[in-house]
Amino acid sequence: MNADFKQVRDTLVVRISGELDMLVADQLRQEIDRRLDNTSISTLILNLEKVSFIDSSGLGVIIGRYKKVSAQQGRMYIVGACPPVEKILHFSGINKLVPLYRSEKDVVSN
Amino acid sequence: MWSVIKGRWTSPGLELRMNVKNYVRFEFSSMPENVSFARSCVGAFAAQLDCTLEDIEEIKLVVSEAVSNSIIHGYNGSTDGKIEVMASIFDNGSLEIIVKDFGRGIENVEQAMEPTYSSDSSRMGLGFTFMRSFMDEMDVISEPGQGTSVRMLRFFPSQNHQAMA
Ligand SMILES: Nc1ncnc2c1ncn2[C@@H]1O[C@H](COP(=O)(O)OP(=O)(O)OP(=O)(O)O)[C@@H](O)[C@H]1O
Ligand SMILES: [Mg+2]
Repeated sequence: MNADFKQVRDTLVVRISGELDMLVADQLRQEIDRRLDNTSISTLILNLEKVSFIDSSGLGVIIGRYKKVSAQQGRMYIVGACPPVEKILHFSGINKLVPLYRSEKDVVSN
Repeated sequence: MWSVIKGRWTSPGLELRMNVKNYVRFEFSSMPENVSFARSCVGAFAAQLDCTLEDIEEIKLVVSEAVSNSIIHGYNGSTDGKIEVMASIFDNGSLEIIVKDFGRGIENVEQAMEPTYSSDSSRMGLGFTFMRSFMDEMDVISEPGQGTSVRMLRFFPSQNHQAMA
């Protein structure tokens, strides 16, 4: 897993690549939280274009970040999930809390 | 060959009157690094069935859930536990997966299997729900202090058809 962070004003974009399972969940959680805690972020975008696998440990990281961002009155979006990953996001119901978009551009234009 | 059916250790070959066509069996230490190894391995094994890539993804997911549970809950994150995985393909095209640990065990299996139940407040309690939803059968045998064994079975109907033809 690799995570690339880009912050523009109060929007944090996290581009993740690899497999999102228990091996990488803690590290990803910490890296995102460090930025959420230290800067004022109102929009968190998780770009999952390059994520090929996700399981409940990965979903746990997403739902936890959603709770954190919402508690700070922020918004969160997921973009670019490939069909197998999207299926799991739907199955878990996360898509009802964190809207899914095709690309980062699509979030901005909405 | 071992399996767990209705709470007893038994041979699936006898109980279900099916023959094992092929199987893999491996064990590994409870290191998070091994979760992807285990799911890839069973996914590659399942690829010899007449199934779709989507099926393989689901197989990988359920293995990931069961093995992660053994590490996270069974062994409380300690890396010196042992996990066994066995996958079998039967003559009729069904795939059986057993994931076994020798960890803490589950006090109340029924409660543990309820959707969204988790003993850890930071988790969603989705693992068993995934296993149940993506497989045709799932049973859990657990003994507090002894360990947990999860057995899952999935039928692949087109193979069924071939086997009968
Ligand atoms: N191998 C195991 N050993 C001990 N306890 C287990 C084991 N597997 C599951 N459990 C118990 O069953 C509960 C439910 O498991 P399940 O996988 O459904 O959810 P979870 O692991 O808590 O959350 P998630 O899977 O969403 O990360 C766990 O919280 C744990 O208490
Ligand atoms: Mg779990």
